[in-house]
Amino acid sequence: MGKENPKVGKPDNTAFTQQRLPAWQPILSAGIVLPLFVVIGLTFIGIGIGLFITSRNVQEIELDYTGDQEGAPCAGCTTNATTNCKCTLPFKIENKFEGPVFMYYGLTNYYQNYRKYGVSRDDDQLYGNIDSLKSPANFCSPYQMGAKQMPIAPCGAIANSLFNDTFRLFYKVNKVYTEVLLDDNGISWWTDYNVKFRNPPEINGSLKNAFEGTVKPLNWPKPVYELSTNPNNNGFINQDFLVWMRIAALPNFRKLYRRISEGNWSRSLPAGNYSLEITYNYPVLSFQGKKKVVFSTVTWMGGKNSFLGIAYLVFGSLCIVMALIMLIVYAKYQVQIDRDM
Amino acid sequence: MSFFGLDCRRKKEKEEERHLRANDREFNLTFQYATNAIKTSKYNLFTFLPMNLFEQFQRIANAYFLFLLILQLIPEISSLSWFTTVVPLMLVLTATAAKDAIEDFNRHKSDSQVNNRQVKVLMDGQLKSEKWRNVQVGDIIKLENNQFVTADLLLLSSSEPLSLVYIETAELDGETNLKVKQSLTVSGDMGDDIEALAAFNGEVRCEPPNNRLDKFTGTLIFKEQKYSLDNDKILLRGCTLRNTEWCFGLVIFAGPETKLMQNCGKTTFKRTSIDRLMNVLVLWIFGFLALMCIILAIGNGIWEYQKGFYFQVFLPWPESVPNSAFSAFLTFWSYVIILNTVVPISLYVSVEIIRLGNSFYIDWDRKMYYPRSDTPAEARTTTLNEELGQIKYIFSDKTGTLTQNIMTFNMCSINGKSYGEVLDFAGQRMEITERTPKVDFSFNRLADPKFVFHDHSLVEAVKLEILEVHAFFRLLSLCHTVMPEEKKEGELLYQAQSPDEGALVTAARNFGFVFRSRTPESITVVEMGETKTYELLAILDFNNVRKRMSVIVRCPEGKLSLYCKGADTIIYERLHPACKTLKDVTTEHLDEFAGEGLRTLVLAYKDLEEGYFEDWRARHHTASTALEEREEKLDELYEEIEKNLQLLGATAIEDKLQDGVPQTIEQLAKADIKMWVLTGDKQETAVNIGYACNMLREEMNDVFIISANTAEDVREELRNARRKIKPETIEAEPIFEVKQPKNKSAVLPEDTVEGEYGLVINGHSLAYGLEKSMEVEFLRTACMCKTVICCRVTPLQKAQVVQLVKKYKKAITLAIGDGANDVSMIKAAHIGVGISGQEGMQAVLSSDFSFAQFRYLQRLLLVHGRWSYIRMCKFLNYFFYKNFTFTLVHFWYGFFCGFSAQTVYDEWYITLYNLVYTSLPVLGMSLFDQDVSDRWSLEYPKLYEPGQLNMYFSIGSFIKCLLHSIYSSLILFFIPYGAMYDTMRDDGKDLADYQSFALLAQTCLLIAVSIQLGLDTAYWTSVNQLFMWGSLAIYFAITLTMYSNGMYLIFTASFPFIGTARNSLNQPNVWLTILLTTILCVLPVVAYRFSRTELRPTINDKVRYKVSKSKHAPPPQATRARIRRTSSRRSGYAFSHAQGYGDLITSSRYLRKNMATFSPRSKTNAKQPGTVLKTYRAVKDTVVDKTL
Repeated sequence: MGKENPKVGKPDNTAFTQQRLPAWQPILSAGIVLPLFVVIGLTFIGIGIGLFITSRNVQEIELDYTGDQEGAPCAGCTTNATTNCKCTLPFKIENKFEGPVFMYYGLTNYYQNYRKYGVSRDDDQLYGNIDSLKSPANFCSPYQMGAKQMPIAPCGAIANSLFNDTFRLFYKVNKVYTEVLLDDNGISWWTDYNVKFRNPPEINGSLKNAFEGTVKPLNWPKPVYELSTNPNNNGFINQDFLVWMRIAALPNFRKLYRRISEGNWSRSLPAGNYSLEITYNYPVLSFQGKKKVVFSTVTWMGGKNSFLGIAYLVFGSLCIVMALIMLIVYAKYQVQIDRDM
Repeated sequence: MSFFGLDCRRKKEKEEERHLRANDREFNLTFQYATNAIKTSKYNLFTFLPMNLFEQFQRIANAYFLFLLILQLIPEISSLSWFTTVVPLMLVLTATAAKDAIEDFNRHKSDSQVNNRQVKVLMDGQLKSEKWRNVQVGDIIKLENNQFVTADLLLLSSSEPLSLVYIETAELDGETNLKVKQSLTVSGDMGDDIEALAAFNGEVRCEPPNNRLDKFTGTLIFKEQKYSLDNDKILLRGCTLRNTEWCFGLVIFAGPETKLMQNCGKTTFKRTSIDRLMNVLVLWIFGFLALMCIILAIGNGIWEYQKGFYFQVFLPWPESVPNSAFSAFLTFWSYVIILNTVVPISLYVSVEIIRLGNSFYIDWDRKMYYPRSDTPAEARTTTLNEELGQIKYIFSDKTGTLTQNIMTFNMCSINGKSYGEVLDFAGQRMEITERTPKVDFSFNRLADPKFVFHDHSLVEAVKLEILEVHAFFRLLSLCHTVMPEEKKEGELLYQAQSPDEGALVTAARNFGFVFRSRTPESITVVEMGETKTYELLAILDFNNVRKRMSVIVRCPEGKLSLYCKGADTIIYERLHPACKTLKDVTTEHLDEFAGEGLRTLVLAYKDLEEGYFEDWRARHHTASTALEEREEKLDELYEEIEKNLQLLGATAIEDKLQDGVPQTIEQLAKADIKMWVLTGDKQETAVNIGYACNMLREEMNDVFIISANTAEDVREELRNARRKIKPETIEAEPIFEVKQPKNKSAVLPEDTVEGEYGLVINGHSLAYGLEKSMEVEFLRTACMCKTVICCRVTPLQKAQVVQLVKKYKKAITLAIGDGANDVSMIKAAHIGVGISGQEGMQAVLSSDFSFAQFRYLQRLLLVHGRWSYIRMCKFLNYFFYKNFTFTLVHFWYGFFCGFSAQTVYDEWYITLYNLVYTSLPVLGMSLFDQDVSDRWSLEYPKLYEPGQLNMYFSIGSFIKCLLHSIYSSLILFFIPYGAMYDTMRDDGKDLADYQSFALLAQTCLLIAVSIQLGLDTAYWTSVNQLFMWGSLAIYFAITLTMYSNGMYLIFTASFPFIGTARNSLNQPNVWLTILLTTILCVLPVVAYRFSRTELRPTINDKVRYKVSKSKHAPPPQATRARIRRTSSRRSGYAFSHAQGYGDLITSSRYLRKNMATFSPRSKTNAKQPGTVLKTYRAVKDTVVDKTL
């Protein structure tokens, strides 16, 4: 070969081809690991304390109104099949709730995260797409077509199972009931309200016409265009509907019902006696579900959840313990390694 | 190399006998013999897609994904959108198809290049140029010099006398020397008479196509005469015509039926042990997958029965699901889809990429590039890299692999004085280096410029005309069978039968005794510038029993002398008693030479009396014409005359080792790699090399030599050896023998042996040792020895030895060789390495890796092999970890979603996880990682041992990895679960919804596995950093993009997670959850690894610790000076001659015919010397062939 071209076969001399790329080669030495554990441990304990205190400062009251117990206020509503059964649940707030206060309804043993339930919706239809409005996706089955093969709007199991208990809250001072005003605005995500959900284009200025040719979901008492009298909260962009459609990750969940942000109530919910008037519609007893109402304040870390704080504290402490154990191991065996070398 | 396609097809039913008639196409066509077109390609334009897809889906992983895809199309089962499977599958299929297409395109190209070569075919009475593809059986074709043989031909006639042709068979068997073929006289007489050839209508009946290259039987019927045909008359496709102007041949086998093509296509596909382990693991994983799915399906059945049935208020069962049991059944399949990521399709692709990358590093390594022959190392098989890090046994050829096959005249002892060493002023021996001044031979016009000698005193001795020195060199110039070639005045070339002889004659030449030319009756020597012609009276040739050769010559002055050279032990018996003192001194020198691993010969001479010689000569003549017991009678006569010799001295020839061979062997031994030398050479030469390269040592407890000739003796010798090494194993033997036949793949236990032993076994004994009844016995003994040398072994035995070790030892083997005789062993071993740039290409062509020098082996194994192995193991461990973790989170979630096969992550995340988010960082690690640098790897060969013991990736580590994944997945599910339970955003809105939870879980997972990768990475190059941070950045970028308003508007409803990222990633508790989860995944690993290095540090940890302490890289390996050994008495005699051909020189008819006109000075006959040499070489080959 090549007298003319003597080194044709010679490989390139680059750091890459010769595997000499400059590199950082860390090792898990005691000088790194032990301080790392101590630092992480201390940080975790710090974060844990912060979280724990924050969580403790959250005020929360949870009221179960399922009515599955004998003598519970809503026990009467569970048996009869009449709709809009009303019951009243009195309760007492010991300490003043600093505003803003949020009101949630909660369900347990309710599998919104069941796969077939979760896919039973048509996002195209909910986006206001006319074609999908008239022919919903197959996923919606068996809530795809209603009577006379008319398309259901909104179709699917999620929409069909829309939570339909309603609540009114009264503050009782000297046997006088004052209604606490509940704000149903701004309870859903901005993106859901503004982007993900849209009403089909109104026809002749009427939302009702836009839904012409569709039928209401089976369980609903009234069609989707009559969910609210407020045109900005009606149809597919009704906020209660939006909240429901954002399915929960776990079988026990809470969903935001109202914000208490009107008038004086926005500052605080004073201590005292309250009464919750419930329009009881939603059946959960068949599958041992529970229904709850929750009043809660929020902090920078959201609602009451002591898990994270405790977890940080526990694991932070474990880190410190591990660091100590490893220090002992290190002190005992390091000498030997040095000798071996 | 186009001949060596991978795929040679056979068709047609079995042919019983081939029958053809020359020049009769119509007749021959009735048999439908294959034409000469070959096809090694697999596909054409139309068949490519279906055939390739069909082949690809035969792979289990691809078929599995196709099956998944079908499952996904069933709406009742489909738990994931189709794209989660289709996108990866398409990518894998396209990549593989592209690779196959390129390969096949190249095969097409080479096929058409071969098929379109031109050859002259005799048609209708005239020669026409035709393409190879159109040649048919029965055609007569004309070949010209240096052309490839078109098909398997029956040689009809040639341009050379006696219808000889010379062919080179390098492409067939790798041998570069020429072979001679001769046609039948009846056809040879036709010469190039076209008319006669066109009229030739001989009929051939012969064997059907087969793959035996060395055999052919058939008959030719011509003019009602029957002639038998054998292999000597057949030219095989793949050979090249040399030194022959033209020849005519009759096509017997064409195209795919030629012996060459019948021989190829048996390339066994080699797989690494990790491949096999991976296949086992994949089965395990399938089992694991089935188990998980069954658990979840049962869970679903129970759930549906207890809860789902009542939840029908809100979610009625579809009509197709009548009861919970059927729902469980469907759920099983749904979970098969969801959990499919435990059997990752991208694993196979990634493994291929990593191996390819690591192969490129071998190609690119400048430290394995040999500038002198301009050959870089080459990874010819790109799928075996990691196995290079697990080698336990190396089988090495000797000649051309350990040695350069160059002999140099290094030292000599003349009349009791030793020459060849260079001494400094203090009289101390100096190391001979490149810079040591060389002896100047310019006084000698005919000296060989390549000859190097360092001791000036020898030249002075010659110039001083010391009688013994002159006699010494005269002997060397006369007593040999070398043929000279002098193409130009003064440019002598020696054709020696063995390199030893060449070296000796060249030495004499440079010291002023130039062997110039020979005829059958004379030898012309230029002695110190003076031309003398000696009358050659007899050559008493060399053979293995005699171990010596002599010539009897008459000097120009008329004196009769016998010159003899041979083994010390032999010559010493025949010396005149008066030489006693000289003998003692010479013996000392011989010991010294032997101690340095030099090959020695003793030289002696004797003056003869005229009368005695005449008598002897007469008896010699009778004996050599005797019909009975000729050999014995001649031997007796030789014995009689080679007596009472006068000792002249001894020569020491170095069989030059390749550079760095002893150091390499030492390094490999330190890495606990066992080295066996398998050589076709003689025992003496092999042992000699064993000492020279430090495999055999004087201080070894014992070196056993097994050279018995019967099975019983061999068994006894083997047992004796073992009795000496470890007596207790003899008693244990029967147990194993009883057990052995039942369990064919029984693994021989590893015996720990005290002391060092060597074993030398020759081919005869090895044949017995390899028999079924004795192979265990042999292997057991051999494995107890530190060094095993097998000499005089055939290529087949080489392969058998390799297979024996493969069979009984659970170890990875490597075979290294350079010649065609090593091919079988290279193919048999797990990894075959070819030494490139020498003796043909056959070994390289069938090897998996090739490079130019043996010493590169240590770099290939200790650096590249080790890195590849570590990288592959790290990759597999990590890959399984990340996929199990990914998948197991689904499993835990199953318990909280009614076992409904709900995914924890966004479907797009599932699609992209393996392909985009985690592929590059792990590839980066497995392409760049180094635990310690190459220098340190070589400094501590012990680092190689974990690979041999399979420590980094095994069933055990796989289970560890599984447990680790279970832990991580538990953390990854339950920490977010706890943190999100009943919680909300800081503005009271939803945070515990399914989409936010999915986002949280997937982000935690990705960060956790990325940090885990960071922990595994030992070598952070900028590329690693880029991949790592880049992948995380890409994850966030893609996620934010997919969840953006724009994407939702453009592709309505395709990205239903809109807004999730914005709404949850701005929450501090989400980030705190991510922090806690990822740290919790990683910290225990840190603690475990730290404690392990402290409590039970591996060799690896120790070296890394040491590296971190030392500031500098270790110095490059010093080329250690050769250690001088004091030798116990051991003969250094070795000579690579097998059997001499002295009788040919004096009596060959070819030689005599040509010799008459041969004289180097006659310029009128310029072409002659070549012819002589050619004939000589051809004759030599036939002789050698006969003797073998």
